[in-house]
Amino acid sequence: MTPRKDLLDIQSLTDEELEFILSNAVPFKNLFKRSVKKVPTLKGRTVLTLFYEPSTRTRSSFEIAASRLSADVTNFSVSTSSVVKGESVLDTVATLEAMRTDYVVVRHSMSGIPNLIAKHTNASVINAGDGFHAHPTQGLLDVFTMREVFGGDVRGARVAFIGDIQHSRVARSTNLLCRRMGMQTAMLAPGSLIPRELPQEIAVFQDWKELYAWKPDVIYLLRVQTERQNVPFFPSIGEYHRLFGLTDERLKWARDNGIWVMHPGPVNRGVELTDSVMEYERSLIDQQVENGIAVRMSVLYWLKPGSSTEDKP
Amino acid sequence: MPDLAPILSKQDVTQRIERIAQAIQERSPGKDLALVGIYRRGVPLAERLYTLLKPHFPDLNIGRVDISLYRDDLKALELIPKLVGSELAFDLDGRHVILCDEVLHTGRTARAALDELLEYGRPRKVELAVLVDREGRELPIAADYVGERVTIKPEERIAVRFVEVDGEDAVYVQQGGARR
Repeated sequence: MTPRKDLLDIQSLTDEELEFILSNAVPFKNLFKRSVKKVPTLKGRTVLTLFYEPSTRTRSSFEIAASRLSADVTNFSVSTSSVVKGESVLDTVATLEAMRTDYVVVRHSMSGIPNLIAKHTNASVINAGDGFHAHPTQGLLDVFTMREVFGGDVRGARVAFIGDIQHSRVARSTNLLCRRMGMQTAMLAPGSLIPRELPQEIAVFQDWKELYAWKPDVIYLLRVQTERQNVPFFPSIGEYHRLFGLTDERLKWARDNGIWVMHPGPVNRGVELTDSVMEYERSLIDQQVENGIAVRMSVLYWLKPGSSTEDKP
Repeated sequence: MPDLAPILSKQDVTQRIERIAQAIQERSPGKDLALVGIYRRGVPLAERLYTLLKPHFPDLNIGRVDISLYRDDLKALELIPKLVGSELAFDLDGRHVILCDEVLHTGRTARAALDELLEYGRPRKVELAVLVDREGRELPIAADYVGERVTIKPEERIAVRFVEVDGEDAVYVQQGGARR
């Protein structure tokens, strides 16, 4: 497989590249069973996590993935330092160049910032979430997890995204990838949180009863991102939970029908889901976290700093 | 494959592997023997040795190592190898391991395989068995069991073909494209 310089979104990945990343994640996950979980693949390389938005789990996941490949990992806490002092994104990039960083993992609240950075650096840039745009490694780890539970073949599986779809780059990347892999997808959300530009073939529900009738195999709960809502999109958290959350009663329906439950984290207990989900045998939430490390190792293994920046068709 | 005649025919390949098996049997009478093939063509070599040696060593184990993550030239490659993963489903501690590969050239593959192996446990002894040993060592590594020693030009390369991977058993000398 020819290496690429950056991973900025799902769209630009070819089918062959997708398969390469997903299938290589299997041997990476097998490494976790060894007493020595580390391999020397990226020895002498530097991975820098550049997070303009707070994040614990995605950043830790990338950090663990990079250190299991023996890279040196540095965290550039932008929100608390340089930006406050007035440094622009491109000033920061110039600093990274001077530091001779090999990989930069970027999260930013504005869509397109990772692409901008990628154009101005020789380092490999990985988009770890930009605005409402994309979160490609989340999409990859979600589909990897679904492949595990469906025995490799996910074609025809039905996945329903529930919650704040409008503000979710996770829903965007994962939904896109699910559809590329031959799955059927649906959305369940308050009307105010459903994007206007959804393709017609995506089923849209505003009621759980409609979702029951659709017979999903997976329900993917999205985090309610109150921090992104300038104006309230629903009357109250209590009402959201009552109308759209995975309550005990709906969990019983999921259990009776063998439905898998996913969530990208961090979970708002009592909002998107009830505490009981933590003991649900078909909850894939922990598996998503573990798979995130394997998939990110696979991405770092595949990317090559300084290689062509041209997007493939 | 090349128009040139192979330097080792199917019969020669079989005979060389039998000879290696014979030498292992004579020199390694221990009960705790294990064969580990280096992916890719070291694996069929290990499997064939396993078939020949199993009757003499009932406790014989077999595994494989995929050295892709241990290569020292990975980021210089034009193509990134697809991973197969290593498979060592036995306890390595205290074992006498024979690493198997089709060709010994620079020694870098054997070095990478050793590095990987040692992260799975602490074998008592590790030896190296190769079907073909050619000149061009870049590291201080030597094979303990050799099917055939050949002298070829630096720009030439040895291509070992096994039925399991390539559809035939033979060893050729190819012009150019020397792998490192």
